[in-house]
Amino acid sequence: MKILVALKQVPDTESRIKVAADGRSLDPADVKWITSPYDEYALEEAIRIKEGKGAEVVALSVGSDAAKDVLKNALALGADSAVLLKGDGQGDAYQVAQMIAAYAKDKGFDLILCGNKGLGGDNAAMGPMLAELLGVAQANVVVKLELGDGTFKAEREIEVGSEIVEGALPAVITAQKGLNEPRYASLKGIMAAKKKTIEELEAAPATAGAQVSVLALPPERPAGRRMEGEPAAQALALLQALKDEAKVF
Amino acid sequence: MILVFCELKDGQLRKPSAEALSEGRRLADASGKQLGALFAGASCAGSAEAAKFGADAILTAEGPTLASYSSDAYAAVIADAVKAKGATVLLAAATAVGKDVAPRAAARLAAGYASDVTGLSMVDGKLQALRPVYAGKAFATTSFASAVQVATTRPNVFPVAEKAGAGTAETLAAPAGDFKSVVKEILAKAGGKVDLSEANVIVSGGRGMKDGANFKILEELADAIGGVVGASRAAVDAGWGLPHSMQVGQTGKVVSPTLYIACGISGAIQHVAGMSGSKFIVAINKDPEAPIFKLANYGIVGDLFEVVPELTKAAKALGIGSN
Repeated sequence: MKILVALKQVPDTESRIKVAADGRSLDPADVKWITSPYDEYALEEAIRIKEGKGAEVVALSVGSDAAKDVLKNALALGADSAVLLKGDGQGDAYQVAQMIAAYAKDKGFDLILCGNKGLGGDNAAMGPMLAELLGVAQANVVVKLELGDGTFKAEREIEVGSEIVEGALPAVITAQKGLNEPRYASLKGIMAAKKKTIEELEAAPATAGAQVSVLALPPERPAGRRMEGEPAAQALALLQALKDEAKVF
Repeated sequence: MILVFCELKDGQLRKPSAEALSEGRRLADASGKQLGALFAGASCAGSAEAAKFGADAILTAEGPTLASYSSDAYAAVIADAVKAKGATVLLAAATAVGKDVAPRAAARLAAGYASDVTGLSMVDGKLQALRPVYAGKAFATTSFASAVQVATTRPNVFPVAEKAGAGTAETLAAPAGDFKSVVKEILAKAGGKVDLSEANVIVSGGRGMKDGANFKILEELADAIGGVVGASRAAVDAGWGLPHSMQVGQTGKVVSPTLYIACGISGAIQHVAGMSGSKFIVAINKDPEAPIFKLANYGIVGDLFEVVPELTKAAKALGIGSN
């Protein structure tokens, strides 16, 4: 079995967001970059499949040289090889999907895993777009995955609980928190990863889909009001304000 | 044409779909286009309701092969409908199905896609979308380079507006079958309440709840005021047995209710990112310096274990939520 794991480098969740001088991108100063947390579940699942039934795991990222950190980490955690597609991995999900599809299409991957969304861009689009471009099955926001002989069974989160999706491999599966508990890299893994090289390829040309034209911070919220007095009085004042001022009820 | 993929539940138009249709009507009026509503399933009984929200045409793909949701089959039905009608804008609500199928349909149409948008407009005949990024820490105005433009609308953001449309019925062929994947079973969670992303009122608990069992008082308040209970990452990760589906924040659900009541939540950046789109925010916290108060329209500094039961009592006394 051959597994591709697509990983995205994203700003850490605790990052304060500043807009760059161009007015439409993130100011990278002071941003700490991490592997998108949902991609960590995807990678962990691939490694568990490798440990369970045996698989070759290829880690891939689209980005600049900086994205090599994400791939080094993936190698340390247990990926067999790593590929950097040099291109804009932060922008348009449609373009990224085309780049990964162009790379993956003739390589015989049985399973492609990635996060259900890249933290920050929050598009939740690359996985299903990739599945369509490759003409394969998809299951998104997956919290449980079982593989059969050329088939998969995935439990995915929906509004009122979850649903079971069954389909044929190859497939694109996008991971959700709960799929597994990602491990930390061992010293042995980190040392072994140092001996591995990251294959660098130019990303295939891609057609633009959607682009950010303006990035702006949300408007400040107006100053609030505190309810005074004993708990009972505070509770009553709050509900009255919600009813009469805010007209929530 | 502006085409809106709509969902039915128990033969009724789902509210997020009514919201997407209402927004579609507004965009169609602004750009002199027709509005089409598209349905797929074993039965599309109830689809006529789309005319109430301004649909000029109601397209239905009906057949036994569409009885269970299939990502690839539904994406093909939607893409075929877009092509057949020459639609330039495709909308769907950002529901579990909408978020699954819309990007797949977009790729099939070689179209750009904006997900979970909170604002849409037509600028020089092209769609422009406003969407929260970095879980609401910033907003991105998104424009499209492709001929077809696809967007999903965030539930609870776009107002439902009734406006009579012709609703001319049109039947589309259902695909033959042999799909790449299909939903076999739906496992409903106990209670079967509305999802956080669609809830109008959310009562949320954080580390200050001290234990999962204490969420009972939040359930009681939520029941009294017609809300749903959520939790912060700190609470979900504390090992109190709270499911991740309850988590509000950048790595959980991003919500936009009318009212968000944060109980014992300090207001970490990643939590705020998930709920700052709420219309009204109430903070209940014993620490007067908690950052959550900076966001709150109304704040109560106090012990949530005293305040929350008082709120439940007062809600009942005032007859709130009993309508």
